[in-house]
Amino acid sequence: MKTPSGWRSGDGALWLSTGAVTLTLLLTVTLLVLLGRVGFGHFWPEPLSTFTFDPATGQAPVVAALREQSTFALPEGGMEARTLLRTGNRDAAPPDFRWVADARLHSVRFDPAAIELERRSWGPALGLLAPPEAPATDRAALAARQWARLEGALALPPQARLGTLTLYSADGSARPLALAEVVRAWRPNAMDLREKLSLYFSRIGAFISEPPREANTEGGIFPALFGTVLMVMLMTVVVTPIGVVAALYLHEYAPQGPRTQMLRIAVNNLAGVPSIVYGVFGLGFFVYLVGGSLDRAFFADALPAPTFGTPGLLWASLTLALLTLPVMIVATEEGLSRIPRQLREASLALGATRLETIRHIILPQALPAVLTGVILAVARGAGEVAPLMLVGVVKLAPELPLDSTFPFLHLDRQFMHLGFHIYDLAFQSPNVEAARPLVYASALLLVLMIVLLNLGAVLLRAYLRGRHRDPLG
Amino acid sequence: MNDTPTLAFDPADTCLNVEQLSVSYDGKAALREVSLTVPRHRVTAFIGPSGCGKSTLLRSFNRMNDLIRGVEVTGQIQLFGEDILAPAVDVTVLRRRIGMVFQQPNPFPMSVFDNVAYGLRLQGLSEQRTLEREVEWALRSAALWDEVKDRLEASALTLSGGQQQRLVIARAIAIRPEVLLLDEPASALDPISTLKIEELIGQLAEAYSIIVVTHNMQQAARVSDYTAFLYLGELVEFSATDDLFTRPQARQTEDYITGRYG
Repeated sequence: MKTPSGWRSGDGALWLSTGAVTLTLLLTVTLLVLLGRVGFGHFWPEPLSTFTFDPATGQAPVVAALREQSTFALPEGGMEARTLLRTGNRDAAPPDFRWVADARLHSVRFDPAAIELERRSWGPALGLLAPPEAPATDRAALAARQWARLEGALALPPQARLGTLTLYSADGSARPLALAEVVRAWRPNAMDLREKLSLYFSRIGAFISEPPREANTEGGIFPALFGTVLMVMLMTVVVTPIGVVAALYLHEYAPQGPRTQMLRIAVNNLAGVPSIVYGVFGLGFFVYLVGGSLDRAFFADALPAPTFGTPGLLWASLTLALLTLPVMIVATEEGLSRIPRQLREASLALGATRLETIRHIILPQALPAVLTGVILAVARGAGEVAPLMLVGVVKLAPELPLDSTFPFLHLDRQFMHLGFHIYDLAFQSPNVEAARPLVYASALLLVLMIVLLNLGAVLLRAYLRGRHRDPLG
Repeated sequence: MNDTPTLAFDPADTCLNVEQLSVSYDGKAALREVSLTVPRHRVTAFIGPSGCGKSTLLRSFNRMNDLIRGVEVTGQIQLFGEDILAPAVDVTVLRRRIGMVFQQPNPFPMSVFDNVAYGLRLQGLSEQRTLEREVEWALRSAALWDEVKDRLEASALTLSGGQQQRLVIARAIAIRPEVLLLDEPASALDPISTLKIEELIGQLAEAYSIIVVTHNMQQAARVSDYTAFLYLGELVEFSATDDLFTRPQARQTEDYITGRYG
């Protein structure tokens, strides 16, 4: 017999499929690396330099961090290399990001007295702790004195931080800066690796645990993270029982015929409805109709101010539960159909009713599949943005939906969401360059959050599957 | 139909009485007007080639056929004189009286103990002491106790195929049914496990009326007291096992047991 050659040998198909997997893997890794590098690189203390410009430009020297270098085509022809400088000081010397032609850059000097301050308002302040033109020994002494005072002040709560810090700009002018305004300060040029690492992680920690400031371009994303997790959990709590019961009906009770098949196809097609349509439905049905009726029935005193007749956490969760319901049903039914008929028969033959069989035999067996449904629903639900904008997500929520005042979980409150936060940072931010790294960092956190939620479900599923594993398969 | 060689038992010794039973699936007949009586505390075997309707007949006794869509049943089946095909009959009660063991060992993915206790718990028995006593009794009856007494909490799926089938038998007799239906109980097992099951059937016959479906004629000859031969949905011959295998009255029976077809 002749050995098949060429395509028929199967080598080609093997290479093709391996290639496809490799490509997918590569794309995933690239995605994570890109998000991590740009997003989390933002928290690494950048070296600061004093840039002096060609006297012809008339521009004063600045303390700045070098952000990016690129080549631009000039309108009159030819190319020009430019550098993007992050200069901060949006209040004193705007703008805080500027492109400078490399040809106009006169000199770059590295100054150990350079300092970066994270402030409560106006973004970061960049400058020097001592006047640039003073004799070196005086400079060092002044810089050390100011830094010691700053560190002392930062150890106190903001209200107790009295006095001001004198910040010198690269051209020698000084300006006072209230110590109470400073959130965090560092001298990147005078730090060693250990200090840099510690600052890096403390900034990442602050990003995850603090509320945002200044139209979301500064501070952290905690409320968005919290809102997303809470919303996804509420959604799961709603969608799981409904999905399981619906799947049980379709698979265990409904007579298997063309009508059930139609029903099944309809459910599957619901998964294909664009998510924004669910948003519109949620707004029209949940918010206006259900919420409005609730208000008229139970919160009439508060009218015309709506209580539930306005977008909020509850409606957002319900809308997403509806959106992920088809996924849940399909996954559960898939699991039900994998349970051998013999197990059902065994239970029924022992005199169990159909309900008893479902409760004791079918459901425990279907639990891993239900969790698969939860995983898929979470992945789908956590990433949705469009429908949420209509039913409860806001750019900035003054309060978390969960707090210590009765009734603790405020389902009527509007909330922040990571997906919407990314959209907001990317499109609605007043300061594009400042927001850009945060877009990546938030996106990475969203991915990590979904991974974590899924990991929990996967581990639970593995545990449930392992309990009664058939050693032979 | 009256020329079918068959047997009749005294009503006191009759367990199941089948009259003119016909079963069809979606209009296709699987059983045609079968009439026979099954004796009490004896082993009755149903033999015949694949598709002859022997399993359908068996599954009519505990109404497992009800679960199949498009099934139509006519005729009568009486269990100790009670009509069991009447719509008013509670099938869950019926199935407690008529236990069933299937071809493939089908233990639940639970512990050995929970498997046997399943039917008892369904009946509301929850006291641990009673459960333990009943489970031990059932496992002893199924000749499995000595092999599993130290691993009652182990998953039933860790048992061998033969042990699983005996576990399933223990599970069926734990709720003390009156009749035990065995649907080719040894066809998925190795010869030694098969032998154990056959021995077990002999022991159980003292307390239960047993009906065993098999396509293995030697098995029928070894374990049963009476044998019914079915062919193409009809009962061809029903007589004492020794008679059927040594002096078959119907031509078809003779052809089958001598291996001319089947």
